[in-house]
Amino acid sequence: MKTGKSNVWTSAWLTVLKRDLLLALRRRSDIATTLFFFVIVSSLFPLGIGPEPAVLSSIAPGVLWVAALLAGMISLSRLFSADFTDGTLEQMLLAPQPLALLVTAKILAHWLVCGLPVVLLAPLIGLQYALPNDALLVLVYSLLLGTPTLSLIGAIGAALTLGVRGSGLLVALLVLPLYIPALIFGAGAVAASQHGMSAQAHLSLLAACSLLSLVLAPLATAAALRISVE
Amino acid sequence: MIIKWFKYSSPQTFYPLAGKMIPWFAWLAAILAIAGLYVSFAIAPTDFQQGEAYRIIFVHVPAAWMSMFIYIVMAGWAAIGLGLNARLSAMMAQALAPTGAIFTFLALVTGSLWGKPMWGAWWVWDARLTSELILLFLYLGFMALQSSIDDPRRADRAGALLALVGVVNVPIIYFSVKWWNTLHQGSTINMGVAPKMAMTMLLGMLLMALAFWMYTIAAALMRVRCIMLERERSADWVKELSVGGKS
Repeated sequence: MKTGKSNVWTSAWLTVLKRDLLLALRRRSDIATTLFFFVIVSSLFPLGIGPEPAVLSSIAPGVLWVAALLAGMISLSRLFSADFTDGTLEQMLLAPQPLALLVTAKILAHWLVCGLPVVLLAPLIGLQYALPNDALLVLVYSLLLGTPTLSLIGAIGAALTLGVRGSGLLVALLVLPLYIPALIFGAGAVAASQHGMSAQAHLSLLAACSLLSLVLAPLATAAALRISVE
Repeated sequence: MIIKWFKYSSPQTFYPLAGKMIPWFAWLAAILAIAGLYVSFAIAPTDFQQGEAYRIIFVHVPAAWMSMFIYIVMAGWAAIGLGLNARLSAMMAQALAPTGAIFTFLALVTGSLWGKPMWGAWWVWDARLTSELILLFLYLGFMALQSSIDDPRRADRAGALLALVGVVNVPIIYFSVKWWNTLHQGSTINMGVAPKMAMTMLLGMLLMALAFWMYTIAAALMRVRCIMLERERSADWVKELSVGGKS
């Protein structure tokens, strides 16, 4: 009985994940928009500040992390709004499987579509900022550990602002203050490795943030969805 | 004697009670503020390190205390409102938010006014200043979310959830900012080992904190009365009030 239940849960989870990934693949321009946003925002800073490699490499950790933060944030509105409009979300709320579980599948799909490409592209931008090799590696690690937190916390904001007027700007106001710890630890990890220190502590804290939000954020998102859809 | 607490959990019965309580808390706030200001400006000694400019902390520190305290109280009301589905609790949370935001803003402004003569800069990325700024953002987010949702029930519950998420995050944000601060700059003044305060200074601060506290209760009650009238405008008791003209 118990194994049967968990099988149903797994298959429901996989179905939602596959569906969201398929939808994203069919609308590839959405992925590209997030990526280009990240690239453009991080290319604007050298134009505003000047091309000195020393200056650029000292601001690189913060700038790249803020750009990743913003890129993750602008894609949040897409997380639930299409499902909300066409009624899929209501079916998910009615499904016998726990909503928090289905929500994790949606968040994972969102991260794979919007978070992972940014992580993979970041070292390229880091090169433009004259980051040394080991700092580039730490940048990838920190984004890999930190961007899931952004998607998880962002999902709460996206769920709360579902169907609310001006939701795009509102979500920024709600979510960005909650992103601060990830920004501090993520940019801190890169800066530490630049200064020849170990980035271990920062990365551990980032991983801790991710794990904590993995436990709490789906529950909060599910509660927020029930509030927004009822 | 058993007080029927739940009797006052409905807007209809709480509205007149709040009306009776407001003058008490408002007068208490005024008296405590006058006493507190007198102690802090006339009695408290001049600080030998900071001169007269230190007196701004009599407003600054209580405002900062209240800004954090109100957020916790607000989240507490929000949690009760969400858990017990109580309308009035959610209204209290909504009524407390602007006062909390005002105190946060006041703490930031007085902090920068104090920072200019002490640190030589209007703004320093000190851990406490930064986390106070983030607290202001959290208040603004709460108020923006509530005001952009038209359905009051949904606004209450969404705001409550956001306040709870904020409460979980506040310690994480505080410690991350504190750690970030210690990594980046080592030369800010450490208030943790400040010289022992004179008794009168502490007294002035406590009086001001109590005054702010009473003010918060009075202001929140006034605001919650308005919210009750607005939300219950189609209820019979509100109609009776507006026809009878008595509060």
